[in-house]
Order: sequence, then C-alpha cells, then structure tokens
Amino acid sequence: MAPVATPFFFYLFAAIMVIGGVMVIKRKNPVHSALALIVTLLAQASIYLMLYAPFVAGVQIILYAGGIMVLFLFVIMLVSIERSMKEQTFNSQRVVGVIAAAALGALFISVYVHGKNIFPEGVPAMGEGDNTQKVASLLYGQYMFSFEIASLLLLVAIIGAVVMAKKRI
Amino acid sequence: MHQLIQYISSYLTSDKTPGVAGNMFWALVYIMLVFVGLSVAVIAMNWLERKILAHMQVRLGPMRVGPHGLLQPIADAIKLLLKEDIMPAEADGVIFWIAPFIVVLAAFTVFVVVPFGPTHAITDMNIGILFMLGVSSLSVLGIVMAGWASNSHYPLIGALRSSAQMVSYEVAMGLAVVSAILMTSLNAEGTGTLSMIGIVQAQLAQGEWFIFKFFPLGLVAFFIFAVAMVAETNRAPFDLAEAESELTAGFHTEYSGFRWSLFFLAEYSAMIAVSSIAVTLWLGGWLRPFPNWLSGQTWDQIFNVFPGVSFLLLAAICFYNTARMPKHPLFRVQTIGLAGFGIVLGLIALVLFYPPVSLRVQDIFWFAAKVAGFMYLYIWYRGTFPRYRFDQLMQMGWKVLLPMGLGVLILTAGVALVQPMIWHP
Repeated sequence: MAPVATPFFFYLFAAIMVIGGVMVIKRKNPVHSALALIVTLLAQASIYLMLYAPFVAGVQIILYAGGIMVLFLFVIMLVSIERSMKEQTFNSQRVVGVIAAAALGALFISVYVHGKNIFPEGVPAMGEGDNTQKVASLLYGQYMFSFEIASLLLLVAIIGAVVMAKKRI
Repeated sequence: MHQLIQYISSYLTSDKTPGVAGNMFWALVYIMLVFVGLSVAVIAMNWLERKILAHMQVRLGPMRVGPHGLLQPIADAIKLLLKEDIMPAEADGVIFWIAPFIVVLAAFTVFVVVPFGPTHAITDMNIGILFMLGVSSLSVLGIVMAGWASNSHYPLIGALRSSAQMVSYEVAMGLAVVSAILMTSLNAEGTGTLSMIGIVQAQLAQGEWFIFKFFPLGLVAFFIFAVAMVAETNRAPFDLAEAESELTAGFHTEYSGFRWSLFFLAEYSAMIAVSSIAVTLWLGGWLRPFPNWLSGQTWDQIFNVFPGVSFLLLAAICFYNTARMPKHPLFRVQTIGLAGFGIVLGLIALVLFYPPVSLRVQDIFWFAAKVAGFMYLYIWYRGTFPRYRFDQLMQMGWKVLLPMGLGVLILTAGVALVQPMIWHP
C-alpha cells in the first residue's frame, strides 16, 4: 500500500491538535472545551496511524474519545453554564507565565535545531500488517510484569473510588 | 486512457479487497455501492418496520401511498426534506448544527470494514473489529451534543440517559467480543486476529461458527452481545433515551426536518452495523448455513440458487397481491405499478440464476440474509417487549451482563487452554 505518512498529513493533524488544544483552554464554556479536547484526541489518533501503530490509534479512539470523554461530558453537562461563563478562566500571574512559556519554547526550538543529532532518523520497526499481534506478544511476554502491575494499580484506583463514594459497604 | 483502463481492470483478477489492493477506483465504486445499498436498506426497513409492527398489533399499517403503502417511505422522505428546519433560539448554534452529522458519520464510516464477502469489503484492517467498536462509540458523542445543545430539559435528560446506557453496555459488549476474538486464535496455524475478514476465515478454518464453539460458551457470549447491541443502538426495549411516554422524543425533541431525518438514518444504519458485527463474529459472516452437515458439490449447487429463488419468491408475492388488488378503476395505476415491480424483481431473479453471477453474489446474499434476520428481531423486540425502567436497565448491564461476560471470557480462555491437552495429547 502507498504510504500515507506524508508531511502534509502530519502538519494537518498537528495543526488540528494545536488549534484544539488552544481551544480547550480559551473557551469559557466547559462543554466547548471538552469537545475541543475530543477533536485533539482524534487528531492524535490519526498521528498514531501515521506512525504505523493502528492498534494504539484504535484504543485511543475507544478509550479516550468514546469512553472517558463521554463521562467528562456527562458531568460537565450538569454544571450550570451561566455561572461558569462568568468565572475567570485565567489567573493573572503574567510574569511566571511568560517565563514558563519562554523556557518551553526554548526547549522546543533547541530540539528542532539539534533534533537530528539527538534522535537519529529511524525506520519504523513494526509493520502495519501484524501490529496488534506484536503489541500483544510484547505486552504478555517481555513486559508481562509491568503490565500486570499497571492493571493492579487501576484495580486499587477502582476500589479507592468505591470506598470514597460509599460510606457503608 | 489505455493506462486508466488497465488500472481499472487490473483489480478484477485480484483476490483482495480494493482497499488492501490499493485500487482507488474500485474502492470508490465499493463505497458508492455500500452507501446506496445502505440507503435502500434503511428505506426498506422503514416500510417493513411499520408494516410488521402493524400486523403484530392486528392493524394494516400504511396502505394509501402506493399498493400496500410501498411508496410511503418516499413520501415520508419528501415530507421531511420540505419541512421547515427550526433551531431553538436559545440553542448552542454550532453544536446543534454539527451533532446530527457526527452521528451519521459515525454510523456510516463503520461500514468501511464490514465484510460482505472474502473480497467484497471496502477494505480490510488489522484492527477491523476495534475500528468498528471505536467509531460506533463516537455516535454517543453526537447524541450527547444534540441533547445538550438543544438547551431544553427533555433532550438533556435523554442525552444523559443515552450516555450512561451506552458507556455501561459497551463494557459487557467488549467482553463478549473479546471472547469471540479469543476463539480466532485457536486456528491450526497462524495467530488470532482482529480483522473482520480474518475472523470469518478463522471460522471457516475451524469448520465451526463461533456461536456453536465450546457449547454453550459461544452461545452465551452471543446472547450478551445480542442484548448489549440493542441497548447500544437505543432501540426498544432499551430506548430510554427517546422514551416517548416520558421524554417526548428524547435527545432529538428539538430537531425537525432534514436534521431529524439524519438522526433517523443514523439509527437504522447503526442497527445494521452492529448486526453485521454480530453476524461476522458469531454467525459465520458470508459463509452459507450448514457447511458441514449438508456438504458436497450437489448441496453447494442447491445453495447457489438461493439468491435467485428468494427474489423469485418476492416477485411471486407481488404477482399474488396484484391479482388481489381491488378491481375498481381508481386502483388501476397501483395495480400496474405493483405488477411492474414484480416483473423487475423477477428479472433480477433471472440475472441471479446465471451461474457466474450467482457464484459472485452468494456471499453477499448470505451476509445480507443473516443481517436481515437481526433486523426482523429488532422489530419483533419493539413489538413485544415493554420498556425497561432506568434502574432495571443499569442493573441488567452491570449486575447481569457484565459478570456473565467476565465469566464467559475466563471460561473460554480456560477451555481453549485445556482442550488441546485432552483431545490431542
């Protein structure tokens, strides 16, 4: 199949992500912010696709865009919009903000300039064809232990949430 | 020009789907065919649902527009397109405008990977089933947006119900799907697969539809999916998101005209989409019934004529009803029209009897027939089951289907591990 990972698509999705990210913090209406976040996450899934990682892209869509964000919206929809529209979205720590933005910008620029030496150009190691199978054999083979630890952590979080939400079990 | 023709004809000998073969022209043709087929199916479904529901309740249903109301869906479509498009003054404009399109996009995009046959799919993806579940789960976003943007109470409650319902039933649905995917890894050679075509080929290789595999585990997983998919598509008896006795019309109360018809279109194509997931995963996709019991060349040939016979049957029904039409001169146009429709169906049947055509259409026919069975079930549910209360719905999802799904998943994995040790020591 012809490669789809062209610079055009990369810049397109990157631009969508950046615009979506800015919208998330700029909009006063929390529902609009959440929807912008969904757009950002979907564009991110497309970038995973371009990296020949269809499995990660699919899981990103199901878990983030389809699952977590629906729960987000579920809660946000019940918030009174009139009150949150009047609230201030940004605090006025301008000096700290400018310094932090400058530092981050400098980091990005330096990576952009010296990036070729730090990260050597590589060929994608995983083929698109059996991506899922390779992810599975890595997760349940080499990284079995860390995978199980991560799921244990999630279990602890679930139990913690239940204990906090219910006074009497 | 010559190169173009060569490019187009080069695909004809291929045994891959156009998307995998990378042939842009045929991919476009397939997309058009699927789109047209889907629209026709939705129109037919609209008529059938009204007719079947009516007959279940001992009514006649639509009878006025065309013979036996056959033209009713077209009249409805024209009415919807001409209706005034109203947007509530207090609504959130952009989101209100975008919501129906998201629902329709999610419902139609899913069909990119639906395998109507070994080569009859738009494309085949390594993550096929994951893609289908992911994209169809996006449709809930459209529903939530529609409900919220209407800025009205009933739609908001409908959207809340819908999102809670979809998120909870997705879990049980996912577990059932995983247990079927687990079965694909039991092939003699090769690994498991998420690809829709690969799943059906695994059933072919194992000589068994997954609904019968590890009896009753496959059947239970299928049952969980069959319940969850009705809840996912917001259909009766789980249609709390649009429960007309409580919420007027739920999340699409404020929508009218063309936008409302988009929701309608999306609902029916989503029903077809989840049915085709069920058919692909458990009912052998495009494979014909009784492959083991009635095997051999004679039986193959008998099953080959099925598409033609079914159309011939439809034509016969048309002619029978033409003869039964009232003899009054006012009905003359309708009688001639019905006879003409019967003749068209009969001609299609004759084309389908032609051996090369019938061989090529076989797989599509069986897939469509199985999906049609599910569509009838949907109507049947709607005609017979009373609507659940919301707490009953949640209880069903979290306390019945989820534990069942987990149990089936663990048992399937266990049996799959133990079985080869016992049968082939």
